Amino acid sequence: MFNVSRAALAATALGMASSPAAAQSIDEKVNQVFADSTGWFVSFIFSPFPGTSFPWIVGWLVVAATIFTLYFGFVQFRAFGHAISLVKGDYADPNDAGEVSHFQALATALSGTVGLGNIAGVAVAVGIGGPGATFWMILAGLMGMASKFTECTLGVKYRNEYPDGTVSGGPMYYLTKGFSERGLPGGKFLAILFAIFCILGALGGGNMFQANQAHAQISNVVGDYPGWITGVVFALIVFLVIVGGLKSIARVTEKVVPFMGVMYVIAAAIILAMNADKIGWAFGQIFDGAFTGLGVAGGMVGALIQGFKRAAFSNEAGVGSAAIAHSAVRTKEPITEGFVSLLEPFIDTVVICTMTALVIIITGQLVTDPNTGMYLLDEGASTIQTVDGNKGVALTSAAFSSAFGWFQYVLALAVILFAFSTMISWSYYGLKAWTFLFGEGRTTELVFKVIFCIFVVIGAAASLGPVIDFSDAAIFAMAVVNIIGLYFLMPIVRRELNGYRSRLKSGEIRKFAKSEA
Amino acid sequence: MPEMFAVGFDGSEAAKRALDFAVAGAKAQGGSVLIAHVLEWSPYTFLTPTELEERHKRRQEELERAETALMKPVVEQLAKEGVTVKTVIQYGHIAEKLCEIAADNGASQIVIGRNGHSGLGSRLFGSVAGSLVQTAPVPCTIVP
Repeated sequence: MFNVSRAALAATALGMASSPAAAQSIDEKVNQVFADSTGWFVSFIFSPFPGTSFPWIVGWLVVAATIFTLYFGFVQFRAFGHAISLVKGDYADPNDAGEVSHFQALATALSGTVGLGNIAGVAVAVGIGGPGATFWMILAGLMGMASKFTECTLGVKYRNEYPDGTVSGGPMYYLTKGFSERGLPGGKFLAILFAIFCILGALGGGNMFQANQAHAQISNVVGDYPGWITGVVFALIVFLVIVGGLKSIARVTEKVVPFMGVMYVIAAAIILAMNADKIGWAFGQIFDGAFTGLGVAGGMVGALIQGFKRAAFSNEAGVGSAAIAHSAVRTKEPITEGFVSLLEPFIDTVVICTMTALVIIITGQLVTDPNTGMYLLDEGASTIQTVDGNKGVALTSAAFSSAFGWFQYVLALAVILFAFSTMISWSYYGLKAWTFLFGEGRTTELVFKVIFCIFVVIGAAASLGPVIDFSDAAIFAMAVVNIIGLYFLMPIVRRELNGYRSRLKSGEIRKFAKSEA
Repeated sequence: MPEMFAVGFDGSEAAKRALDFAVAGAKAQGGSVLIAHVLEWSPYTFLTPTELEERHKRRQEELERAETALMKPVVEQLAKEGVTVKTVIQYGHIAEKLCEIAADNGASQIVIGRNGHSGLGSRLFGSVAGSLVQTAPVPCTIVP
């Protein structure tokens, strides 16, 4: 969900031009110092394989997803039905009512990942890689389900449970405990490294970037105004929720976000139904584009890179963040949480991202040569020409607005709410990493929460390009550490999987019969 | 076989009236009273990550509060009066759970109070009394 539309960032940068020159120069100075000291890290994380433009980190995520898919025997397809029955509550013990359900864990984790990437990021991918990017995005999304399954199972298995009934879990804990259980060295080191990257990622991609984009959206609709105003308002609301324990705001968001997500999918489905005759053609474009590129920059490889990148950035499979959210569920079987979590990349990437892509393709936003059927490129020859020259979120907005004129307002609201719920989720992920490093306790927690709120203001007020690059890099650095750990710990997950399967077969684990009443 | 009166009890005035009614019935017939408290809960609501983490702790607290603040005084009072009492505390949809509890314990009737709202709210969302009457496995008494 990160690393989206730079155009929107640029728009914010233009907005900054109106603020006092002194502030501008301080911003510039901060940017400069920050860029100089972190640039090497950013270029390392996003550096391409030699001789290609394919970032190695994307390859790292896709290779891992493929390995997990094969290692667990295509668990994402074989356990898909079982995952749905778990979410429906078929296997829930009625005596456990009142505890967190599988549905609730899934919904919370999803509201952390569904966001800007599904709306703006997909438009960027399709705008560069053409319809064919959709094919590779879906493929990577399907593979990513196995990564999520692995990390979330471990998250529940190795969480810490405290006497007061609360829990802490996530890669920090499975790296430490899992490694020592297998007698492997270096678990603690990886855990600390992960926690550091997680804090940086939470403050950056999970916070500043979200605040920044929310401000860009608001000023798009109501006109330009200083970013710090948005920042202070957002920070205040976030403060009330995470420090003040004001549940009502969070609860409203948590209800509205899924509603917005569903509404987005329904709106897309209506547009597709209105163009039902073109759906066959659109899928034809997706398949042809996937293997030939249909004239996009880089041909087939160009489409593939864009699709893979989008899927990896959007559903966070392999990053380790979802493992933190899922570990709160009290289940006797850690593996059940893994099954449920594999639905996440499916909903996020295979359903929502694909909907966005289909709507852009079907509403004819991308310009083709009427004679050859090939996509025409912009002057820079890197992106495809669009009807009105739209890019990023504006492209999605134009595609939806071609059917419903008012949709841009709904979209703006959706972006703001998605940004807010992503911030709340990441404040929690960051906090867990923070308490792992500095210990649990009211004061330590408060310190992090206050820092988090300060970064909301910074994120909305300034156009900190290098800072955002850095936080994107930090999130993917989490994936580097996490996936190394997953490779070492995957035999444990396989043992859990086999044990569970045989008990499911023998009837030891079965559905709870609905009461007669 | 002595009759068992299942009472939906939440500590409200209406619930107290229902309990009094059930107790009178039990005394007259030499039966017993089953006091059921249902904490409204749906597994399909949305929670924040912090709420997820604290859910187990909150649940323990809620159960303890229901036990000590709600049930204990009533049970002690009824024990003094010589009435046989059993208590159940569960999470779920109130009307559905009351039906289940009554069926599971072999209660011969369900008694609940009603708060007397007849407004738009109950028309839209239905009332506990309304859905209970529709689905109860045993006779139902609604105490006004």
